Amino acid sequence: MSSDESNATEPVDATHDDAGHAEQGEEVAEQDVADDVEAAEEPAAEPDPNIVPVTLNGREIEAHKGELVIAAAERHDAYIPHFCYHPRMKSVGMCRQCLVEVDTGRGMQLQPSCMITVSPEMKIETESPTAKRAQEGMIELLLANHPLDCPVCDKGGECPLQDQAYSHGPGESRYVEEKRHFEKPIPISDLVLLDRERCILCDRCTRFADEVAGDKLIHFTQRGNQTQVMTFPDEPFASYFSGNTVQICPVGALTAEPYRFKARPWDLTAEESTCTTCSVGCRVVVQSSRDEILRYQGVDSDPVNHGWLCDRGRFDFEAVNSDLRLTDPLVKTEAGLTPTSWNAALNGAARLITDALAAGGPDSIGLLGGARGTNEDAFAWAQLADALGITYRDAQLGDGLPASILGLNRATIDEAASASTIVLLGPDIKEELPVLYLRLRDAAVEGNSTIVEISSVDTGLTRYAKHSLRHQPGLQADTVQRNSELLTGDDVVVVVGRGNLAESPDETMAALAAVLDANPNAKVLPALRRGNVVGALSVGMAPADDDHDGLATLRAAADGKLELLILLGADPLNDCPDTGLARRALAGARRVISIDTHRSESTQLADVVLAAAAYGEKSGTTTNIEGRVTVLADKVTTTGTARPDWMMAAELALMLDVDGDLVNVSSVDDVTAAIAAEVPAFADVTPAALVAERNGVLAGVVAGTLSDAVSAAGQRNSYDHRLVVGRKLYDRAIGTAMSHSIAKLAPGAAIHLHPLDIDALGASVGDDLQLIGAQATAILPVAANHAVPRGIAWAPFNQDGSVIETLIDATASVTDVKIEVI
Amino acid sequence: MSRLNDSNVLLAHEIIERYPRKKSALIPLLHLSQEQNGWVTPEAMRHLAELLDITPAEVIGTATFYEMFKFEPVGKYVINVCQTMSCALLGSDGLMHHAEQKLGIKAGSTTEDGMFTLEPAECQAACTEAPTLQVNYRHRYRVTNDSFDQLVDDLRAGNLDGEIPPHGTLGRNRQHIPAEKFVGAPDPDDVSDGPVWIPVSVGDDS
Repeated sequence: MSSDESNATEPVDATHDDAGHAEQGEEVAEQDVADDVEAAEEPAAEPDPNIVPVTLNGREIEAHKGELVIAAAERHDAYIPHFCYHPRMKSVGMCRQCLVEVDTGRGMQLQPSCMITVSPEMKIETESPTAKRAQEGMIELLLANHPLDCPVCDKGGECPLQDQAYSHGPGESRYVEEKRHFEKPIPISDLVLLDRERCILCDRCTRFADEVAGDKLIHFTQRGNQTQVMTFPDEPFASYFSGNTVQICPVGALTAEPYRFKARPWDLTAEESTCTTCSVGCRVVVQSSRDEILRYQGVDSDPVNHGWLCDRGRFDFEAVNSDLRLTDPLVKTEAGLTPTSWNAALNGAARLITDALAAGGPDSIGLLGGARGTNEDAFAWAQLADALGITYRDAQLGDGLPASILGLNRATIDEAASASTIVLLGPDIKEELPVLYLRLRDAAVEGNSTIVEISSVDTGLTRYAKHSLRHQPGLQADTVQRNSELLTGDDVVVVVGRGNLAESPDETMAALAAVLDANPNAKVLPALRRGNVVGALSVGMAPADDDHDGLATLRAAADGKLELLILLGADPLNDCPDTGLARRALAGARRVISIDTHRSESTQLADVVLAAAAYGEKSGTTTNIEGRVTVLADKVTTTGTARPDWMMAAELALMLDVDGDLVNVSSVDDVTAAIAAEVPAFADVTPAALVAERNGVLAGVVAGTLSDAVSAAGQRNSYDHRLVVGRKLYDRAIGTAMSHSIAKLAPGAAIHLHPLDIDALGASVGDDLQLIGAQATAILPVAANHAVPRGIAWAPFNQDGSVIETLIDATASVTDVKIEVI
Repeated sequence: MSRLNDSNVLLAHEIIERYPRKKSALIPLLHLSQEQNGWVTPEAMRHLAELLDITPAEVIGTATFYEMFKFEPVGKYVINVCQTMSCALLGSDGLMHHAEQKLGIKAGSTTEDGMFTLEPAECQAACTEAPTLQVNYRHRYRVTNDSFDQLVDDLRAGNLDGEIPPHGTLGRNRQHIPAEKFVGAPDPDDVSDGPVWIPVSVGDDS
């Protein structure tokens, strides 16, 4: 019957089409000519050629050229129901829910509004009886196989299908047959579960995996009534970005292990904030129920994250709720670290500071850290250090690059993602700054950017790089010089970070100097990984010179020159690549004050531990890699009696009776205002500006010059392997290690070699190999890895059971190891 | 052996060379792997993903769309009995029932000796010759219970080996395309514009 109908109507439609063309042809042609003439010769009459006038529900509106009808309508307050359409992904017209009536001169026709762009004189009816009937019909069809289990579904209450069934649905279903059945939720990864019965096949998650993340690990399988989203058997959806699919799923088909069944949407309260897990600074909304953080969702911030988050940032809220949080300050007694009152702890800390000042002067105190906190935390402690005359200070522990990198011509993330040439110098952006990886990948795949990668091993972006220059660790400056013709151009951005923790940062800096030598106009985006490292370094935690930086501080402590070491959220035993040095430093410092959120190896060695408020528990501001300052939310009350770091600095300032503004601050806004007043680069970053600008305020750059760095590395001996130690997304860092859902995803310690190198050693995969370095030996199981060139040994940093760090000597330019089978 | 064997890998590389994009060779390679093993094994799908530089999920997603790719072992002979109108009117129900009895299996399953898989099928486009069935997609017309028995016996005895190759075999004559007709992957530098139906993304295929 239906096929008869369509057969009968098709020719009629075709004639209408033809007639339409014949009648409209001239008009359209005229219109085109008129447009061209206006655009070319009379810019005054048509002020903006990018404006397309269309009629929406009888109203004249101005749409943008090339804009989709659905987007134009939504911008003008005419909401069109939809499921598959997502503004950050390509339209596919999969769900057909956004049918509206459109007249482009051929009469009103039903069209999916996510698949057509606006054209001049277009008439759009989103609420006509025909459009409504079509939309109601689509809802009825989508609900035919959708279980009506909203009361027990995690999505219920915030479900686009549920909401739109009420707002645009027929209210009743005529479908009485048995619904389609599948096994109820099946895990498709360690974090994400899939309920195929609820799935409406909108293609959002699969499109995200393909278009945005580049991890095509989920795909539609089967066909017809059996069509379903599936992974390959035994090949889970192990993407670093899998949590985004849960957020964009328009039904309850995808749920995330850390959140499912924890709360109902109407019990959640939300506040916008910025993720500080790494230094990209993705905007998030922090959601909590009964004063417990339960979920982060990505917020679409156009200059930064486009709504996406990595799984580490999305799920590490578990660390805030961890049982291992420090709830009270601790002081060391004969019985070990024991909880005490804040008064006693701060008095103890003040006494340690006065004793150290009396015994060795301000040069006998070191202050490390600040990158895990807010700008205000770092600023307050830097002010205290200034007042006391402390010179040994740094927000990095030899795991980043010299702070002078922040004085270069800095690029924004947007500039990097639209540059004609993106030069990657150093780290695997996918592992260290995942959302920046999404932006750069998008620039290479969808945009017009060319990626030139300079790295020792393959990285996540190697696949998308036009030129991948491989070099032995320590020889990158040489590689840059030999390939300088690839780096020319007007629009070049260098993304530079620390790619190899087993090599001196001087090697990267020398290579960067070579890049800037080849192209002095290149802009630089510093890819320093720690949450607020740029902020901390910018507001006063940068060392005055190389002789007082993080490593110098640890060296001074190890040499017994420090009376007091203050760890401001720093955990040298885990953070410093040279763990031997860190161990000697903590042993050599006479006294240690640790300000931290969790018990860590380093806090266990402290004399006074001050319990710090964690992410989500304190307000303030944070600075991302491009210098964008955004506001953090204090969504929940602090754990126990923990308090923000800046408050401790202010109280210590009062107790020590130091000069300066610090004694006068009474709220975090006072500190923010003080930063704007005293830090030249932050002059525009006033509390008022931060409230006005949703996407944050770009701090200025205080121009500086690169500190001279000379590559000191030579060629490798043929019988050695040169060591590359890089970060993986999931490691033993406190936020990951204390979040049980993602802690288990850490890959674990191993030494990765090229398969041919493993053969040459006479070993087989999984064997324990002995790595003999200059100062220590380590034993690790071997893994075969094609991403590692021959002659290089790669190992992940800071993993459980990791011993690779013992081989790293912070004074050596590179680390060569002899590998033996045992 | 479930991955492609060495000679088939060579053939696979030749097939891949015919296309400007590696992944265009997926369907021909799925046929090749089914020809080798009689069905498309998970290991073969992983192998194809490696050869084509795509993910196994993309392979299984594409492959499972097609009815004629089998993802479980099937018999040497797959017998499809047509169930559509003309055949149904001329007794395909009875024929199917008889076939089940003769082979001792239910429709949709395989005999224990791995010789026969029996399946119901939709119209085989031979309505004038109903009831019809196909053995490895080779037609048999106006099938009666007796002729079905005869067919099974002949297949068992190997009398039809020259006519009906084992399941998965595509044809006796291998298609050979002269190398100068190959399109091959273009140099990324040469790709400035592409056919309108293929979005050009330089760097995706390297």
